[in-house]
Amino acid sequence: MIRSGRSKSVFARLEHAAAWLLAILWLSPLIYAFWSAFHPAEYAIRFELFAPLTLENFRIAWDQAPFARYFVNTFMLVTSILVAQFVLCTLAAYAFARFDFYGKSVAFVFVLMQLMIMPEVLIVENYSTMAKLNLVDTITGVGLPYMASAFGIFLLRQTFKTIPKELEDAARVEGCSLIQILLKVYVPLARPTYVAYGLVSVSYHWNNFLWPLVITNSVDTRPLTVGLAIFGAPESGVEWSIITAGTLLAVAPLLVAFLLFQRQFVQSFMHAGIK
Amino acid sequence: MTRRSTMMSVYGWLLFAPAAIFLIAFTYYPTLATLAKSFYSQGTALRPAEFVGLENFEYMLDDDVFWQVAWNNLIYAIGTIPVSIALAILMALWVNGKLPLKSLARMAYFTPTILPMIAVANIWLFFYTPDIGLIDQISRLFGFPSHNWLGDPSTVLGCIIVITIWKEAGFFMIFYLAALQSVSPELEEAAKLEGASRWYFFRRVLFHILMPTTLFVLINAVINSFKLVDQLFILTKGGPDNASSLLLYYIYEVAFSFLDQAYASTLTVVLLVVLALIAVGQFVFLDKRVHYQ
Repeated sequence: MIRSGRSKSVFARLEHAAAWLLAILWLSPLIYAFWSAFHPAEYAIRFELFAPLTLENFRIAWDQAPFARYFVNTFMLVTSILVAQFVLCTLAAYAFARFDFYGKSVAFVFVLMQLMIMPEVLIVENYSTMAKLNLVDTITGVGLPYMASAFGIFLLRQTFKTIPKELEDAARVEGCSLIQILLKVYVPLARPTYVAYGLVSVSYHWNNFLWPLVITNSVDTRPLTVGLAIFGAPESGVEWSIITAGTLLAVAPLLVAFLLFQRQFVQSFMHAGIK
Repeated sequence: MTRRSTMMSVYGWLLFAPAAIFLIAFTYYPTLATLAKSFYSQGTALRPAEFVGLENFEYMLDDDVFWQVAWNNLIYAIGTIPVSIALAILMALWVNGKLPLKSLARMAYFTPTILPMIAVANIWLFFYTPDIGLIDQISRLFGFPSHNWLGDPSTVLGCIIVITIWKEAGFFMIFYLAALQSVSPELEEAAKLEGASRWYFFRRVLFHILMPTTLFVLINAVINSFKLVDQLFILTKGGPDNASSLLLYYIYEVAFSFLDQAYASTLTVVLLVVLALIAVGQFVFLDKRVHYQ
């Protein structure tokens, strides 16, 4: 009995060690990025405990590429997509949750199709569309294909369906119009879903690369990811420590937000995944 | 009554209309247009595009690069999906169990999810660099010769697979964690009292409870294996000699580097067919397997 207890605890300790080893392995790219970015270039590949610290790499990175402009672009892109998604998905979700309209189930299947055929797959044709609309190299052009999101519609519909119909009836008796009911009953009660969806959407579009790469071609529209790809391309010949500093600059806002609101982030992704 | 239901119909469509317009413009129309374009030749300033039937598809079947990227994509899927799902389950079990400082471990596992692929590819590029890169520095300590990981066709795809697993596993962990948190602790207690080992408990009980989650994650993982190509832009550009190129990356190259939209559309049709098959499979499979929960 005692022996089996001890061997169990040895096994448990080994298991914990494995779990932590994996965690360190998982963090190692980030740890390395911090190391290289905060030390002079000659320490980028030499690891000495007392290597001098510096912020020089960040200054050089900031001067070499228009990061400030990229930040503004990404910020505008992410907010415009989020606002449009909230409006479009709320309206559509309300329709699917509470209205019996003609052709509803067929329409819903069509909406769900977008979960499979994401905008990434249609870059070729969407590029021609943007060219026809004269929206190539505009932030609107980057955002448009993502604004009606099947994922958002589905998520909000599920939430709206759980809201008791009596609340809506009560609001109607008090003389609220359709839009007022939506804004005063449904939207406030679905707040956790909006937070969850918002976080998922912001992290997705902050990090999105392929479509923005295709559709933008100037500093004025490029988001951070595309700017970073050009800045860090091996053929650009920029030093490691400067590339890692630039990389950290680009991920900093999201990383800081994640570290501060870790629980909220994890729960949002969970919430969004379960529905 | 009928008037009311007509009103419902009108309101319903009015509410759905804005989203519907966007979906039509940027999902359904381009899907159909892609299909149509795959039957036309690439037009030039002098010669407008003309109907060529299946010529683009015949060209595709003769295109060695197409077969290479299709094969690569298959290996990429087989290489990433099972490992990232297995790791995700392990991570979730650890983080849900008695691991010391488990919220810190959870953070470590999840962090890759919120970092842009393009940024982490920059860092991984350094790991893989021959001689001075981290992997070579470590393997030298054990007496292995230096290796050009990304320059060797036999290792390059493996390197890409490793990054994708690293990026995905923590994301999938979240869904398993959510599922595990809904399992009542009494279940495990009961199994323990009955003398079941942890492995037995996992195989006979947990594994089945997690089945719907696994299917959900599996579908996401399959889609990702056709969608996640960002790292190629930094690490390999599909090289050497297309050894690491994937279908979506090849589509990008054909459309925007070789400027052959007709052939890019043809390749996109293949991708759309694959995704449609996944969708159909999902319907059939989900109906059969998930309902016993």
